[in-house]
Amino acid sequence: MSQIGSFALLFALMLSAYSFLAGLWALTENSAVSQRVGETARRSGIATFALVALAGAVLVAAAFENDFSIAYIFHHSNRDLPAPYKFAVLWSGQEGSLLFWSLLLSAYGLVLRLRHKTDMRLFAHASVIIAAVQIFFLLLLNFAANPFGIMEGALPPDGNGLNPLLQYPEMVIHPPMLYLGYVGFTVPFAFALAALIMRYPGEKWIHITRRWTMVTWGFLTCGVFLGMHWAYSVLGWGGYWGWDPVENASFMPWLIGTAFLHSVMMQEKRGMLKTWNMWLIFTTFMLSIFGTLLTRSGLVSSVHAFAQSSIGGWFTYFLALILATCLFFYVKNRSHLRSEHQLESILSRESSFLFNNLLLCLACFTVLWGTLFPKLSEWVQHHQVTVGPAFFNRVNIPVALLLLLLTAVGPLLAWRRTSLESLKRNFFWPAVGALAVGLFLVATPERWGGVFGMKPWRDVAYFYSLVTVMLCALVALTVSSEFVRGGRVISRHTGQNLVASIFHLIHRNTRRYGGYIVHFGVIVVVIGFAGSAFNQEKEQEMGFGDKMEIGGFTLVCQSYTQDDNPNYESEWAVIDVFKNGRQITTLDPERRFYKASQTPSTMVANRSTLQGDLYLVYEGQNRDTGRPIIKVHLNPLVMWIWIGAWIMIAGTVTALIPGAVAVRVAVPSRMRAEPVGAGD
Amino acid sequence: MRPAAPMLRNSILKRCLQSGLLFVTLLAALGAGDASRRFTDLGHRLMCVCGCHQILLECNHVGCQYSSRMRDELAAAVDRENNDDLALQWFVQAYGATVIAAPTGTGFNRVAWIMPYLALAFGLSTVVLIVRSWKSRPLLPPPGSVKPVEGAELDHFREQARRDTDTEDQIQKGH
Repeated sequence: MSQIGSFALLFALMLSAYSFLAGLWALTENSAVSQRVGETARRSGIATFALVALAGAVLVAAAFENDFSIAYIFHHSNRDLPAPYKFAVLWSGQEGSLLFWSLLLSAYGLVLRLRHKTDMRLFAHASVIIAAVQIFFLLLLNFAANPFGIMEGALPPDGNGLNPLLQYPEMVIHPPMLYLGYVGFTVPFAFALAALIMRYPGEKWIHITRRWTMVTWGFLTCGVFLGMHWAYSVLGWGGYWGWDPVENASFMPWLIGTAFLHSVMMQEKRGMLKTWNMWLIFTTFMLSIFGTLLTRSGLVSSVHAFAQSSIGGWFTYFLALILATCLFFYVKNRSHLRSEHQLESILSRESSFLFNNLLLCLACFTVLWGTLFPKLSEWVQHHQVTVGPAFFNRVNIPVALLLLLLTAVGPLLAWRRTSLESLKRNFFWPAVGALAVGLFLVATPERWGGVFGMKPWRDVAYFYSLVTVMLCALVALTVSSEFVRGGRVISRHTGQNLVASIFHLIHRNTRRYGGYIVHFGVIVVVIGFAGSAFNQEKEQEMGFGDKMEIGGFTLVCQSYTQDDNPNYESEWAVIDVFKNGRQITTLDPERRFYKASQTPSTMVANRSTLQGDLYLVYEGQNRDTGRPIIKVHLNPLVMWIWIGAWIMIAGTVTALIPGAVAVRVAVPSRMRAEPVGAGD
Repeated sequence: MRPAAPMLRNSILKRCLQSGLLFVTLLAALGAGDASRRFTDLGHRLMCVCGCHQILLECNHVGCQYSSRMRDELAAAVDRENNDDLALQWFVQAYGATVIAAPTGTGFNRVAWIMPYLALAFGLSTVVLIVRSWKSRPLLPPPGSVKPVEGAELDHFREQARRDTDTEDQIQKGH
């Protein structure tokens, strides 16, 4: 079986090489023969997908058949591993995840090559670039990290098993989503580089690139939030984001991709920032490769990273090659990227995008800087220092607050210029609303673990929380006013009610209003983050009938017991939760010990509501008394993060749906609503 | 009396800024607290050294050889030292520099904190330069546009247009 996989990968490499070389030759020649060769290059690109898919299928089949003659299967699976996690074997280790990366890249390449009629020459260029990236990954798989390596010596009876931390339902979805995001950035990169190489006339390439970027960005967003949810539910430390290098690796391309999705509008609307956009998309792709380098080379230490290996060097050279290629074509064809318009006023939509980009790039830089600083410190001072959450939070929270402010102001600014009077007029009531929300939060009696009845003078964290919630209210009000204003105009002329009119409005300009829905999602997520300032925690040994009080909840230990199955041994406690003397739920935090890998794992018990999470962790047993030690976290507003993530995804999907043709309505000039921010 | 209005506005603005600054300073100063708050604060500024890469008070590994001991040591340090820096310094002596969860503000470590602000300054300067270059650079004509016609050439084209339209009018009238 391993031979089928190995040969599939080898043939895939040969076909990719042919697709690249023949495609390249066909692009440089202009004859009937070169066109036919170009077509064979496209078809070999399609065939590459079939071969890489075959290799992936073979590896998964080997996991199901417990074929421990394959070293990768021995290290990442075992006989008693439940069936759904056998699929997860594909991305749980270094070699398999590289195969998965290659598989997704070939799948993206397949879609691109099947849609080549959109613009045959542009797609042919992009196809060659994708083939080049594919060659790199197939070289790695064939010569540096072969997933079909054979075990030496006697055949082992059972495997080491899948990492227990990965034996969680979300782990079957999270890595594919994250990889779809990472790998997907290859496609916009390929189109951008192709357009630069071709000196592509017009802006069609940017429409194609934007759409692909949005799809990829959506996947990466899904992946990041699923990862956060997994960390929250499985790692058992009560948090969802620890600024770990691997988390940072996924966050950096997300930030730059977000910057691109904003600034690309300036290119589409006003023909500005062409060079900047080109480099944003190049950087996003390079950051996704850099993230892979971070997680696989052992450059930085992380709890999530794959084992240290020699493939770091491969990624470093590949990254250098990408940078050199981008620089070469940029220097050669930079005259093609000259701006068509200029900034007319600092009070304009254009300037808001400029500052938005500045802040997003700054956030990305600080994350990169903080991630690499331990290594830099080692080189300079000959000892490492730790750069933990304290650094990232202190530097990034002010940046995030400024971004929120821009999110609020942005929709109120029109393209080209806005008068200060118009800005003041549109900003006044939302600002009053935000202040009212702030006053309300401070003045109300203390509830929801301190979210209501906030005392910002007690702690800087509370102060930041209050400012965050006020800014979120500001964004919500300015964005809502955009929906209501547009909805009213439609309602007036179609006779529909306001809600139907707003749906009509979204349907007419899905991209613009989808974007606003994403902004809504962002503020809901940020409100969830703001709740972390009010987290409480308590730890106690709990025997039968023992009680623990936290934040108005009373926890009573009903029982504790243990169990054993072929995959793991487990211990858990049964805890009744009371509030105001009434039982509201029963929670059973659990600790597992996986036999194959000989490692423990936490199964958190969580009661999640809009108000907050009651999060119970079974810490272990006191060896002297045999009683369980239970740690309780009371984390306000965490559910808002997951709800916000869903809204962000819904907004992205909305923005991807083609907008309907605008219904022409004759509007007398005196009845027209004043446009606040015309266009996207 | 008119010239006094901007002065008054400036003075109000100045007072608002001063009050705001005072408010923020007071908020920051009010952060100091009792021993349990110091324990929590310092516990979040230290890392567990068991290799889990977690903040000391968030390390939850069963049988962790370090976190329980370190917590006891932290409680003792909080009781012993009135100064947070001295308490942290004790941990650096005992466990090495990596025990501190964020770079300190001394020596090369200061660079970690300064660099984001330098990057911000660099970014802002770049934005200013971009805006200036946009204002001074001659613009490309939009694709498909024609060169604007001026002066005598424009008069010639106008005359031609008048003659052509007159001819059309005459033809239409003739019909």
